[in-house]
Parts: sequence; C-alpha cells; structure tokens
Amino acid sequence: MPNPPHFENWTCPLPLRDYPTITLAHGGGGRLSAELIEHLFLPAFADTTLSRLTDAAVLPSPSGRLAFTTDSFVVRPLFFPGGSIGELAVNGTVNDLAMSGAEPMYLTAAFVLEEGFAITELAEVVRRMANAARAASVRIVAGDTKVIERSRGDGCYITTSGIGVVSDGVDVGPDHAQPGDVVILSGTIGDHGMAVMSVREGLEFETTIESDTAPLHDLVREILSVTRDIRCLRDPTRGGLAATLNEIANCSGVGIVIEEKAVPMNAAVRAACEMLGFDPLHVANEGKLVAVVPAKWAHAVLARIKAHPLGVQAAVIGRVSDQHPGLVAARTALGGTRVVSLPLGEQLPRIC
Amino acid sequence: MKHLTEFRDPELAGRLLAEIRRTVTRAWVLMEVCGGQTHAIVRHGIDQLLPPEVELVHGPGCPVCVTPLEMIDHALAIAAKPGVMFCSFGDMLRVPGSGNDLLRVKSAGADVRIVYSPLDALALARRHPDREVVFFGIGFETTAPATAMTVHTAKRLGVCNFSVLAAHVRVPPAIRAIASDPGNRVQAFLAAGHVCGVMGYHEYPVLAESHRVPIVVTGFEPLDILEGIRRAVRQLEAGEACVENAYDRVVTFQGNESAQELIATVFEETDRNWRGIGTIPASGWKLRPEYHTFDAELRFPVSGVRPAEPNSCRSGDVLRGRIKPTECPAFGTSCTPWSPLGATMVSSEGACAAYFHTGRFIPLGLAKTAPDAQPAAL
Repeated sequence: MPNPPHFENWTCPLPLRDYPTITLAHGGGGRLSAELIEHLFLPAFADTTLSRLTDAAVLPSPSGRLAFTTDSFVVRPLFFPGGSIGELAVNGTVNDLAMSGAEPMYLTAAFVLEEGFAITELAEVVRRMANAARAASVRIVAGDTKVIERSRGDGCYITTSGIGVVSDGVDVGPDHAQPGDVVILSGTIGDHGMAVMSVREGLEFETTIESDTAPLHDLVREILSVTRDIRCLRDPTRGGLAATLNEIANCSGVGIVIEEKAVPMNAAVRAACEMLGFDPLHVANEGKLVAVVPAKWAHAVLARIKAHPLGVQAAVIGRVSDQHPGLVAARTALGGTRVVSLPLGEQLPRIC
Repeated sequence: MKHLTEFRDPELAGRLLAEIRRTVTRAWVLMEVCGGQTHAIVRHGIDQLLPPEVELVHGPGCPVCVTPLEMIDHALAIAAKPGVMFCSFGDMLRVPGSGNDLLRVKSAGADVRIVYSPLDALALARRHPDREVVFFGIGFETTAPATAMTVHTAKRLGVCNFSVLAAHVRVPPAIRAIASDPGNRVQAFLAAGHVCGVMGYHEYPVLAESHRVPIVVTGFEPLDILEGIRRAVRQLEAGEACVENAYDRVVTFQGNESAQELIATVFEETDRNWRGIGTIPASGWKLRPEYHTFDAELRFPVSGVRPAEPNSCRSGDVLRGRIKPTECPAFGTSCTPWSPLGATMVSSEGACAAYFHTGRFIPLGLAKTAPDAQPAAL
C-alpha cells in the first residue's frame, strides 16, 4: 500500500487519550463530543467559519448560479491502496460539483461513527479529508457527528454536501449530447474499483493497482477554458463507464458507439477483471471524467486534457449517433459489436 | 497476462476466419460446451463474424445454470438456519430457487458470505469454531479438485464445524446425453478447455467414435475459439469424427493426475439431476462414505422441499442447444437479469444472460455503419 495509515505518528492531545475508541458518549453532545470536535476535527480542518461552532455556517454569497450536491460514503475497507474514505468523501462531492461545470467552494461533513471505532483511525481519516480539501481548495465549513452502537456499522460513514458556483455561459448536462458529438475519456478505467476489491476481506489478491481518487474541478476548468460549448461532463463512479454512457444515451435520447480497444486501461486492472470475471466497463472510478463535446472542439479539448496531470492517458473513445437511441454499443477489437448494458448491481466474482 | 493481447489479435483472427470461410461448403451446427466460451463468443462478437453456414449453439457448461433446483432450495434452507455461516461463490447468490435466492435470504438476516475458494470457507470455520460453516460446492471438474482438497484438509485437521453441500457435475456424461438425444442438432463439440486441463481428454475418443462427432478441446480467448471452430469445420467437411486438442498450451491427454487422484479419494460418481435437462447417469460427484461427516446434505436434512420450475422457462432447451436464448418467449420480457426465471439468465456464464447483456435481441445494424464508428476519424 503506497499511503499506509500512520497511526503511530499521530499525537493525540491529552483528553482524547483517555478514550482510545469511540464510545456512545462521543455522540451524546456532552463533554466527550466537545473534546472530539475541539481536539480532532477543528485542528485538522482548520477553518475559521467551522471553528466558530455556530449552528449554521454563515458565508458570503457568491454571484451567479449555485450548484449544490450531497453524497454519502460507505466503503469497506476504509483504507485501500491509493486512498481512503477520507479522500473519497472530499473528492466525490468536489467532482459532483465539477461535473455540473461548477467551481467547488464549500463542503459540509457529517460522520456516523460506530462505537468501538479507533480514535487513531478516525484521526487518520480526518487528516486525509483535510489534505484532500486543501488540495482541492475547498473549505469544510460545517459538520456533525453521531455515534451508533457497536456492530451496527462499518466503523465510519461520511456524508459530505457541497456548494459551488457555475460560471455564466456554462451549461452541461447528461441530456445535452447530440449526434455527431465526440466522447472523450480522461484516462484509464477500473482502477478504483479493483484497488478496493483487491483488499476486500475474502477476496484479497496481490496487485499494484491503486485507486484513482482525485479532484477533477481543475481539469474541468481547463476543458471549459477551451470552449464553453461542452455538452456533458460525467465522472464514471459506481456502475463504471457503462452506467455513465447509458445515462447520457438515455437522457439525451441518442445512441453512443464506443471502440473497445480505444478505452484506456491499466494491464493490472485488465488482468484482475479477467480473473474475477468482471467487465471493466462496469467497475468504479473516482478520478476520471467523460466529456461529450461537439466534433469541432474534440481535438482542442483532448489536447488540453492530455496536457493536465490527471488526463495524460485521455483518449477519444467513441461518438454519439442518431441510431439506436438510448443504447450504448461497443465495437470489439475483432470487429464484432455488442450492447454495453447497465450493470445489475454489485458485481459478483464468478466461479471459474 | 500476454494472452489478453496475443490471443485477441485482430489480424490473426481475420486469417482464421478467412480459412474457415474457405473450408466451409455447407451448413454445420457446433456446440461450445462451456459457458465461459459462450460468454467470450458473444462478448467479442465472434458469432457475427463467422460465415452463415457455421452455427454456434451454446452448451450446458455453466455450473450455476445446471445446479438442480432442489439443491438450491436445500442451500437456501441451510443458509437460513441460525448459527450457520453459508459460503458460496459469488454468482450463485442471485440464482433463483423455488421462491427465493441467497441474496434475499442474506438480507433477511442469514450469514451468507462470498468466497473465492473453498479453502477460504475452511479458514472461516477455523476462525469461528462456534459457527457451522457450510460451503456450497458447485461447478464442473474445474472446481471439484479445490472442494476435494478442502474436505480432505478438513478431515486431516479435524475441523468439525465445516461441511460441504456438494453439487459437482461432470462434462463427458452431459456430452453423451446431448449427442444421444433424439432431437440433437449438434454435429461437433468444442470441449471445455479448462475442464480438460484437469481431466485430460482420454474420456473423449470413445464419445467421438460412438456418436460420430468431432470433438475439439478448445480454449477461451478469441483465437482459441476460432482455432477450435476451424478444426471442427475441417473435420466435418472431411467426414472425420475424432478428438483434437486445440488448447495444448494448457491441456494434456492425461490431464492433472494429482487433481484426478484427489477427486477420486474424496468423491464417488452419482446420478445427478441437471436443472432444465433432467437426470444424467453418473454425471455428478458426491462425498464418499468416509467423508460423510462433512456432507452438509446429511448434516442438515431438510424436509418439505418441493421444487417447482416456472413453466415458461425454456432454459433446458437452451442448455441442450435446441433453441437460442432469443427463441424463448420469456426472454427479455418476463425473464430478464433483474427478474430471472431460470439460472441461464443469472450467471455471467449463462447463455441467456450473455445474450441479454450484449444486446443480442436488439438489431443494431452497426456493421453497416462501421466507418462512422471509427472515433479516430475526427
């Protein structure tokens, strides 16, 4: 694991030392709740608005249209190669805002902690959240903590909500794709899903795959600096690229045809998917985006994406068509075709 | 994993296809036995590229699909028992029993775990001595050795809280059953490469001879499958009916003899009901008497299981190659992966699911629009 949690290096202020694990009292709103906030959350998030501990964050109103989103994060294990629930909770909501063409500004974070969860682990999750927020230049301005009884949760669930501002003239949406548009993917698929899978209890396998979790708003800013005439932006998270393309095809009432061999993929992800019987098009990503752009802008947008550190392996993977509306088709490397369907639910490893 | 590129080379595939086109003079029906091959065929669109004379029908080699309903109902009843930790391969979880599946039993509170190897289930049993850990041992000759090894190890270590619900099945009796069926259309078989990797192919010459069918041991990558088809078509056109090995980078005539020995130590042959097909003599494996203490069927007797298949499901005809999935009236209407009537619509290796997921019921007409589909042409 490249970024292992360093619990041993974490220094805890004295009051928290008395409680190495979360107790029900940490969610009770009394002294222990206050200590957790004062000694763990506030120093990590280091935000002046948050530190005032008011019931609601009072913030200056940005001009223009607001984008507002929320997402809950549930992942097992909490730490995996390339990231943790902490990075996901920040980047996931940042990316939801970015895919609306918004500049992310503020986040809130709500924690549901399980009784018995180690304070050191919580501190590591929070430290990673704070780092991710700093890297994405967003502020965590409000929060909440609740504790549930032991064995009623997976240690730690996080819900983040986010507000961002959409610039004038930007209008992206999954219903904007038009026949003739070009589909660009910002990099390799399947890295996040297979990284988590590789450390899931009972399925562990040795691999070099790391989660791709990353904030994408800077890449979106670059894309929009080429032209505001971008039809759709989506990050292919749960359900993978297949779900995202199906959503665009459905919402826009168009067909999409992709070339299977044009879809970038790491060799280790391809091998792990083959071994477990997964379709990489169905595997989750946390740091990639799909951009549907008018053909005349495709070259320029692709070049700008490839010049960004998060888009080095970007590629044109397909086109929007007026045939078979609502359906996504893939041309196989051998020259056959197949429909790319929505995954049913969670992928289940096959037998042999 | 070089085979992911080398054995998918479009240029070599084109050459094999050209040779198949040159060789074929009349219509032939070939069956690929293994569900993994079916999946690869529709996933890569191989059947669309073959000349119209060559028809592929899909065989019974999907372990999830042929596991009998009564066995699944038994599994569901065991999984629901308090104190039981029920371990299964992942794609078994959605397979419908008479009125339920393992996922629903799990959501109702049963402890159902996905494992990737029976040895993981044994490890769980050792970690949780207070629980009864049951492994659902399904699959062909490919998974049977691992189950055998696990039962053998459990006995050696004296792990008392572990048992296996064994539903393993064998391929050669199924090929015999299909070839002897009066309604059989299959003229050549592509034998399942990985099964032969374990068992060798010494059981096949007698089948090829007695039923006058070519049998070609075939792998799973596009080039493997095309090579299997090429050899089968060549034999058919030449009027031959013998056994060939087109997967010799994995398969030998004798197979993996230590795996076979282990299977023979732990299992004995038994008649087995195949879902949708019926009972095939000597087509299954059950635990030998000296391993009976590890037999979940005996440890957890369940009464009152009265399995009932939906009438409209024709998975049996699909599994015998009599019809294509799309010829079943329920396909894509009352039977979908979201609401499957039969197991062939559930497993990733089931022919119905493979057809559904790759959109084989939708006339895309994409072949004609190939230039438009080239994204490089910006």
